[in-house]
Amino acid sequence: MIPTLGNFALALALAIAVAQSVVGIAGPMLRDRQILRAAPALAIGQFVMLGLSFLALVWAGVVSDFTVRNVAEYSSSTTPLFYRITGTWGNHDGSILLWCLILSLCGATVGIFGNSIPTSLRSRVLGVLGLVSGGFMAFVIAVSNPFARIWPPPLHGAGVNPILQDPGLAVHPPILYTGYVGFSIAFAFAVAALIEGRVDAAWGRWVRPWALVSWLFLTCGICFGSLWSYYTLGWGGFWFWDPVENVALLPWLTGTALIHSAIVVEKREALKTWSVLLAIATFSLSLCGTFLVRSGLLNSVHAFSASPDQGLFILVLLALTIGGSLLLFAFRAPVLAASGVFAPVSREGALILNNIFLCIIAAVVFTGTMYPPFLALLFNRQISVGAPFYDQAVLPLTAPLILAMAVGPMLSWKRAALLPALTKLWFVAVLALVVFGAFILRGHFVAALGLAGAVWVVMGALVDLAERVRLFRIPLGQSFMRLFTIPRAAIGASLGHLGFGIAVLGIAGMSLQTHTIRVLNPGQSIDLGGYNWKLIAIKPATGPNYSARDATIEVSRNGHLVQILHPETRYFTDQKVKTVAAAIRSNGVRNLFATFAGDNNSGGGEFRFNIHPLAPEIWLGGLIMALGGAISLTDRRFRVGAPVRSRLRRPSGSATV
Amino acid sequence: MMSRKKRRLWIVVACGLGLSTAVALMLVAFRSSLSFFMSPQQVAARHPPAGQVFRLGGIVQANTVVMGTRNGAPYTTFRITDGSASIPVVYTGVLPGLFRQGQGVVTIGAMSEGDREFLASTVLAKHGADYMPRDVEMALRKAGKWNPKFGPPPDAGAWDDKSPAQIEASSNG
Repeated sequence: MIPTLGNFALALALAIAVAQSVVGIAGPMLRDRQILRAAPALAIGQFVMLGLSFLALVWAGVVSDFTVRNVAEYSSSTTPLFYRITGTWGNHDGSILLWCLILSLCGATVGIFGNSIPTSLRSRVLGVLGLVSGGFMAFVIAVSNPFARIWPPPLHGAGVNPILQDPGLAVHPPILYTGYVGFSIAFAFAVAALIEGRVDAAWGRWVRPWALVSWLFLTCGICFGSLWSYYTLGWGGFWFWDPVENVALLPWLTGTALIHSAIVVEKREALKTWSVLLAIATFSLSLCGTFLVRSGLLNSVHAFSASPDQGLFILVLLALTIGGSLLLFAFRAPVLAASGVFAPVSREGALILNNIFLCIIAAVVFTGTMYPPFLALLFNRQISVGAPFYDQAVLPLTAPLILAMAVGPMLSWKRAALLPALTKLWFVAVLALVVFGAFILRGHFVAALGLAGAVWVVMGALVDLAERVRLFRIPLGQSFMRLFTIPRAAIGASLGHLGFGIAVLGIAGMSLQTHTIRVLNPGQSIDLGGYNWKLIAIKPATGPNYSARDATIEVSRNGHLVQILHPETRYFTDQKVKTVAAAIRSNGVRNLFATFAGDNNSGGGEFRFNIHPLAPEIWLGGLIMALGGAISLTDRRFRVGAPVRSRLRRPSGSATV
Repeated sequence: MMSRKKRRLWIVVACGLGLSTAVALMLVAFRSSLSFFMSPQQVAARHPPAGQVFRLGGIVQANTVVMGTRNGAPYTTFRITDGSASIPVVYTGVLPGLFRQGQGVVTIGAMSEGDREFLASTVLAKHGADYMPRDVEMALRKAGKWNPKFGPPPDAGAWDDKSPAQIEASSNG
């Protein structure tokens, strides 16, 4: 009963989405105030219906309703409640329903919080969102319906894939999807602006917070995904340049370019056409990120399996969305006239440099990701483009980006001189060179480059922040107070750069990792990286739906106990699958990583021990980046345009500077 | 302040420089680090030179997984087959959970000196419901062993569902 209601709610949401797109796009042409007001209500209605539908699917999973095929295939009565809930989106059909739910949430958010946007623009934005979400809901209903029934129902479900029975599944997909889908708002704004034929500073100010929110979710989503992949064996570590990882990185790169170029639109009314194109490209890449992998076109370690007819539907849908918006762009872009002049050495110039390199990196990653499927399609040859390609092609391109990153924020708008900015940074440069020299002498070339770059960016961001609060030039207390009075966007930007630098630090540190693989019997120990790893005992253990072998490892340094690690191997009886649960302990600057591969027949076991220097910084840096985005969002110029206040003060609702 | 034309010129020059660097880097990287996917049949026919990294994929041949210890370091040997040829593989490391006999697998590595065995540095696992990597699927189709048109792949669990530890116990005992 409940799943049927869920299916019905889904159909209703589709009907509402169709109405929303027609009313939203046609409304402004009719100039009828009533019709213009309908779009937000429809958007909220669509969200409510999809929310009910999604809850119905979760419910079917919770009560183990095996008449629903989705539940029968990916859940079972022995699955713990937590994974019965997260299992809802741990499969192809359910995850696309979640995707649609978040898309409708975006529409509802614009409907509720978008009061400061001119009514006609908002109506068009919602119309475009309705069009996109209608298309994907049609896909869900037609070929990928999670509410499909089977009769007679099986006694037991097949169960959630053991590898997916991990807290990561609860966090990673919803956050990553929010990031992907959030860019639909920037996309809708871009398409709406193309229909209206007008992009101005105000447009930049409306688009930027939405882009920033989705960017910070995407950053967090990629971070969690990378962390999950780091501790799961067989997924290739924290970053494998796997197609699925690449397609998440692509919208992140162009999205990062977008949040930078939108600043230029907002402050200087330049780069307008470019920003519109970036908004379209970012969402298009997000769509590719979610669906190209599912179409079966890309071959990946992390993909769900999909059937061929789903693939065709998806490709048609992608072609319509991306092709349609690009066609509109081609016809309407000349209408958006540029204004605002500036010199090459200026803040605008630095931001353009940032955009050029981010987009070139995105193009390289795109080529590397798409080359194998096209070669397979055209010449029937199977090749794979792996980490060595990206290391060689992408890493050199990040060098100018990293170099410019510390200097850019110190340049002034319109016209700037390089020399004063460089004089503020000379000691940072010296520090970076010292780090470079120290590691080059030990023969770690890649690590030396990476660490020097990280030091340059981190210190550069700190110097930028210190300059803004006039550290050491005015009393310390006043400097501290200035931290609260300077624009939060500036603090956010510094934090964003700081976070990036810290993440680079972690990635460079990872290249210095050491590991060993050994067979140990209880009481035996080995030395690795200055630590002594001793196997104490191997004991049986039981989990909710698996049996496990639990090893106790004592890690000590110079005779002092540092950590006790408990790596496990787990055997899931339902699926007859063995998984390896690694034990990781971090002290903030290095990770101890132990995996237990299984017993041998003499009472011992097979172990892999890793020491990952600076590894935690990869994810710490990502989170700091996202925090920077969040602080940027609270900037006064976004808050001032807040719906309630502006309605009280100015009925027109146009945002103030 | 410079004119719009001049500014555009600057941007075009910067884009051109960046793009040409990127293209040059990609071409170099493509030449040196592109790795091919090979099925056991292709390896047997072409004899890739020792040390050249490629991906070897196929089905883990039943009853070939043997675990041993060499200088205190454990290693696993098994054979990857596509039904028409079979290549011995040596892997030093912890196998991912979804590694099973009779199931699809993709490994990254290179042939040893003298073309004897494939030294795998990475063994990959997927989180789909059934692990049949596309490359492996293609290899099986080329070898004429399985065609997705005629139904799903043979159920891996039915082929052989012993875990590596059980195999090891049985092979030693």
